[in-house]
Formats: sequence, structure tokens, C-alpha cells
Amino acid sequence: MKRLRNISLSLLAVIAFTSLIEAAEIAPGERRSGASFMSVETQAMQNDATANPGMLGVLDGEVLWTRKPAAGRACADCHGDASSMRGVAVRYPAFDDKLNRPVDLEQRVNLCRVDHQQLPPLADESRDLLALTALIGRQSQGMPIETGADSRLQAFIDKGRDAFMRRQGQLNLACTNCHDDNWDKRLAGSAITQAHPTGYPVYRLEWQGLGSLKRRLRNCMIGVRTQPYSADAPEMVELELYLMSRARGMASETPAVRP
Amino acid sequence: MVSRRRASTLLSASVATLLLTAPVRASELVPYAVIGDAIPLPLAGAVGDASAGRAIVVNRTYTCLLCHSGPFTEQRFQGDLAPSLAGTGSRWSEGQLRLRLVDASRLNAATIMPSYYRADGLQRVGDAWLGKPILSAQQIEDVVAYLTTLQNPS
Ligand code: HEC
Ligand code: HEC
Ligand code: HEC
Repeated sequence: MKRLRNISLSLLAVIAFTSLIEAAEIAPGERRSGASFMSVETQAMQNDATANPGMLGVLDGEVLWTRKPAAGRACADCHGDASSMRGVAVRYPAFDDKLNRPVDLEQRVNLCRVDHQQLPPLADESRDLLALTALIGRQSQGMPIETGADSRLQAFIDKGRDAFMRRQGQLNLACTNCHDDNWDKRLAGSAITQAHPTGYPVYRLEWQGLGSLKRRLRNCMIGVRTQPYSADAPEMVELELYLMSRARGMASETPAVRP
Repeated sequence: MVSRRRASTLLSASVATLLLTAPVRASELVPYAVIGDAIPLPLAGAVGDASAGRAIVVNRTYTCLLCHSGPFTEQRFQGDLAPSLAGTGSRWSEGQLRLRLVDASRLNAATIMPSYYRADGLQRVGDAWLGKPILSAQQIEDVVAYLTTLQNPS
């Protein structure tokens, strides 16, 4: 009996080892934006600013950018024209000195609302928060993603990576099982893609609106029947951080269009 | 690559002993006996209904067609992460199909196919699904009954 168990244990070790080999990360040269998996129609819609429905959110964002709160200053009063945000979104999530932890772009906007405008934070997935992040993201369109360059982020990136590799949920699947190992396949009708968050917030046709990366991640978590992270959970930012650093060097496409 | 092939040979050679000694995992679920690479006896002695089984296989809620394709011409969306289910009843015995559904990870620890009759050893399961297997014992038997009818390899 004991011998049998030893055999089983060493067997499991072999399996565990080979499954590590299988879960290969995508080589930098093989990385592809989610857009390249989309139909030509969807790609054309994304690339044409007059047809891209995400641009309506960007326009809403421009209005909000200059709107003065009852007391206090508008975003524009402190930051100038929205074009001053060029190169900002491609660095997020970024390390916040005061909080001593990474914050994503939505959290950063809300920090300004609370600290600098004395306004309540905007709700997760609210129209205004999506509009402002779409506006800020759009300023970096075409620029390479830089997230993760700050070495203080490394420990958080590592945690996000662990979460990406860990099997979870009733279906017992890890993000890596689909997005590293099977990105060229189809899950029922949908292209799986490599999960590079190059275009968030995205306009998703299924949502008929803009949605944040967090909403997309919650969709995948619920898909494998996992308890999704709440929007402000540290684990959520860590996962966003890992995904953005995994896409380092790829071009930003906000607002992207997805089916 | 070499080590992978060696591992799978090793695996099939030891599968019989490994499975024979594997304990049944979830106490709330009906116990079952694994013999070799199969569960020869129906779960809870249930009698499977092949047409109910087909309805389960093509129903998005039960997830099979996320990964598999098969002889389901009416289904527009079928996955390609796994072999076609066409002809699977000619490749595997009823008992082998039952173990494959109940807990495919016992056949291949690295498989992506979920274990349909298992409720423990899982992480961060959502509240709505916590402590429940994906399929009931009766549903497992229905699906097994249906899969055994898939004799034609196209
Ligand atoms: C009263 C001045 C003020 C207002 C109003 C203000 N901000 Fe800020 N913002 C700052 C300061 C100062 C910083 C630098 C970080 C800090 O000290 O909080 C900052 C940082 C930022 C950053 C991060 C920039 C980077 O390089 O990482 C973003 C994005 C941002 N603000 C967006 C907004 C938006 C959107 C609004 C309007 C909803 C807004 N801010 C309103 C003062 C302001
Ligand atoms: C069972 C396979 C599967 C698993 C597991 C999975 N996903 Fe996904 N994911 C998909 C599919 C399919 C899509 C595309 C959906 C669509 O377009 O309708 C997607 C889309 C995405 C996208 C959007 C990419 C883009 O181009 O906009 C991201 C990011 C993502 N997933 C991250 C994750 C993370 C993080 C996890 C783990 C928590 C995860 N996924 C788990 C299948 C999966
Ligand atoms: C997440 C993907 C996934 C899902 C969902 C899934 N399977 Fe599988 N299945 C696989 C893979 C991959 C294999 C190939 C063997 C392996 O890797 O374990 C497989 C193998 C099989 C086989 C053996 C096929 C053969 O003839 O060799 C059968 C039968 C089967 N699955 C039935 C089902 C049924 C029925 C369902 C739904 C109740 C289902 N599977 C759901 C991934 C999946």
C-alpha cells in the first residue's frame, strides 16, 4: 500500500512537471492583439474613429473633463487640455506613493475626484468613469504599453501572475489554460485570443456599451464559475497589472471594439 | 517533448493501480468504484436516458460544446479545444466514458476537461455553484447513455 502511494506520488510529480512545460507563456514575438482575431468588419469599426462607437464615450469624457464642480476645479483646470494625458494610460496600473500600492486608472481618476475635487468617487462601471478613462486612454493611442517598468510593482505583478496560472472555479480552469495554451482555438463560437488588455475600456457589441478591463475579467471568472474579485480588491489590480505588463511594448488601442 | 511522451506512457502503465487506490473525493456525492480506467457501474444505480443526455450535451449551461464539436448540425457554435464527440461511443466503453465525465483529471492530471461529478478540491468556486457537482448522478448517466450511442466517427 505504502509503495503504491509512493509510485502515485512520483507519478504526480512527473505530471505536474510536464503540465508546467505545457503551460508555456507566449513568446514576445508571437504576441497578438485581440483585434487581430476579430472579423474584418469589427477591425474596420475599431480603426475608423467616425464608426467606432467607443468614440462616443471619448466625447462624453471631453465634456466631463472641462465641467466645473459646484465648488472646486475641473480636471482641465489642473491638468490643462486632455492631450496632457498622453502616455499616462499606458503606464497604468501604476504605483501610488501615498497609498504605497498600485492603483489602476479608474482608481487614479477617483483619487482626483476625492482628493482634489472634494467629490464622491464615481461608481465602478458608471458611464462617467468609463468616459473619463476612455478619454485618457485615447490620448495614448498607438503608444507602446509601459506598465511594470517601476520595480516597486514587481511583487504585485508576481501575485497577479500566480492568479493567472492558478486553476479556479467549478470548471477548474486557469486563465493560462485558455489564453496561453489555447489562444488560437475557439470556445464555442468565440476566438479565445491571448488576453492582452491593449484597448480598455473597450466597446463590446455584446454589452452595447463601454466596459472596463475589470468587467471583462469578471466575465471570464464567472465563465469558469469562480467567485469574481470585487472592483477594488487588491487581487483585481494585481491581475490587471500582470496582464498589462505581459503586454508591454504592444500598441495601445483604446477604445477598442470587441464582439 | 520526450519527457512528455514518457510521462504519458508511464501514466497509462500506472493508471490502473493509481485509480484503484484513489479515494472517492466528495462525501456528499454518491460513492463510486473506479476499476482500472473506468467506473463500471451506474452512479446511484440510475438508468440513463439517451435523449435527455443529448439535451444536456448541447445545452450551453452544461458546457460540453464550449470545447467539443460533434454530430449536432443544429448547433451553430461548437468549440475546437477538444476532440469531436462523433464516434466516441465506439472508442470507449460505457464505464470509461463514465469515469471521463465524473473526473477526467484522474485519467490525465493536466486535462482542461472539468470533472463533472466532483465538488471538492476546487478553489474560489462562486457562491452559486459552491459544494455542487456540475452534473447530478442522474445527468451523468443520461450523458453516458447518449455518448454510447455515438458510434459513427463522423
Ligand atoms: C485640484 C487639481 C486637480 C484636479 C481638479 C484634478 N486633478 Fe488629477 N491630478 C492632480 C495632481 C496633483 C496629480 C498628481 C498625483 C497627486 O498628487 O494626487 C493628479 C494626477 C492625475 C492622474 C495621474 C497622472 C499620471 O501621470 O500618473 C490622472 C489620470 C488624473 N489626475 C486625472 C484627473 C481627472 C480625470 C480629473 C477630473 C475628474 C482630475 N484629475 C482632476 C490634480 C488634480
Ligand atoms: C475557458 C477559457 C477561458 C478562460 C479559462 C479564461 N478566459 Fe478570458 N477569454 C476567453 C474568451 C473566449 C474570450 C473572448 C470572449 C469574446 O470575445 O466573446 C476571453 C477574453 C478575455 C480578455 C479580453 C481580451 C481582449 O482582446 O479584449 C481578457 C483580458 C481575458 N479574457 C482575461 C482572462 C483572465 C485574466 C482569465 C482568468 C481569470 C481568463 N481570461 C480566463 C476565454 C477564457
Ligand atoms: C474545457 C474544455 C472541455 C469541456 C467543457 C468538456 N471537455 Fe470533454 N474533453 C476535453 C479534452 C481536452 C479532451 C481530450 C482528452 C483530455 O485532454 O483529457 C476531452 C475528451 C472527452 C471525451 C473523450 C473523447 C474521445 O473520444 O477521445 C469525451 C467523451 C468527452 N470529453 C465528453 C465531454 C462531455 C460529455 C462534456 C460535457 C458534459 C465535456 N466533454 C466537456 C475538454 C473538454
